[in-house]
Amino acid sequence: MTEDPEDMSRLIGAVARVQDVAAFETLFRHFGPRVKAYMMRHTRNLQTAEELMQETMMLVWNKATLFDPEKGNASTWIFTIARNTFISAYRKQNRPEFDPNDPAFVPDDVEPADVEFQNRQEAEMVRTALQDLPAEQRELVQRSFFGDVSHSDLAAEYGLPLGTVKSRIRMAIDKLRKSLGERR
Amino acid sequence: MSPRHHIRDELLAAYATGDLAEGWSLAVATHLALCPGCRGRLAKFEAAAGDMLEKIEPSEQSVDASWQDIRQRLSGQISSDRKPSGSVPSLKADKPRHDYVLPAPLRNYVGADADQLKWKSLGRGAYQVLVPTGDEETSVRLLRIPAGKPVPEHGHGGRELTLVLSGSFSDVTGRFSRGDLEDADETLEHKPVAGDEEDCICLAVTDAPLRFKSRLLRLVQPMLGI
Ligand SMILES: [Zn+2]
Repeated sequence: MTEDPEDMSRLIGAVARVQDVAAFETLFRHFGPRVKAYMMRHTRNLQTAEELMQETMMLVWNKATLFDPEKGNASTWIFTIARNTFISAYRKQNRPEFDPNDPAFVPDDVEPADVEFQNRQEAEMVRTALQDLPAEQRELVQRSFFGDVSHSDLAAEYGLPLGTVKSRIRMAIDKLRKSLGERR
Repeated sequence: MSPRHHIRDELLAAYATGDLAEGWSLAVATHLALCPGCRGRLAKFEAAAGDMLEKIEPSEQSVDASWQDIRQRLSGQISSDRKPSGSVPSLKADKPRHDYVLPAPLRNYVGADADQLKWKSLGRGAYQVLVPTGDEETSVRLLRIPAGKPVPEHGHGGRELTLVLSGSFSDVTGRFSRGDLEDADETLEHKPVAGDEEDCICLAVTDAPLRFKSRLLRLVQPMLGI
């Protein structure tokens, strides 16, 4: 099964253009179990996680025409759909978002093409930074980033002292922060 | 003019991952409408989250049964009228740019721009409008402070986000004007005073009785030393 981000983007493109079911099946078999794991960490209920995953993937199918590969890769786009589905369907809250068509919206002062290029480059840097983390750091960061897991639960689960868990997460986040830039 | 006081990393990360309650998110999203720089940072946090989704340990349950379900749901849709899910309807642009004091999404929450709201007096020339949200973690209001006057105490013992929309205010940490976001906790002893030039309108989000619950914030707060 293909896992190249560019291929994934092309598959979404095929769903958008011609409702390509085979392309969607490949996407589904790749992202479905990941979205389900994400929902599982948030809800801790298999059936709920399955429902939220199916909801997310139906939105991927229905909104495929809105996907813009220039703005980010497939996993980022599908993450935002999963996140929004979780917030609206499970947490029953709105997610306030800016609206680029609003007259009061302050547009980017750089040419959009430059911004997109820069964003893609920076996204690539983030990916590399995550890739470069030692496996044990990456796993801890992922668990605490996405899961409702406390540091002490993680320490118990991995049989590590609490201080070790904390310092591993701290090192990983520091590294990530550096790659995200220190601008504020 | 771009804002000078921005969204902190941990707040923006929590917004990106969906771990921020609606009230805080409203202040963050409204700043984002006014700040291209923070939108660029948001994109990076979302890319990081997308990458973590890619690397998450996938659910081990068989995907075949799920796919059968979905396949069935799809067959009801294919070749039927597929509505182009194009642009999201936006608010009518019946005023030229910059004339709106309240950008979306805030304007959608209160239903009108600042000059058409039913402001309630707080005494001493200050007014407020409560902003309803779906979370029980925050309370959200618009405040209008007369030029040159102090911001009335509105009883917060925890975190407070203040986003200036018109005019300005100053406190020990600096001067805040349109688009600037102040991120304060109970340790900051601030006595903000509105600027002399005009009334100051700002969005204030505070902890409701319940405490801040974001997992990601709990995670990064100690390590960022905040
Ligand atoms: Zn900003």
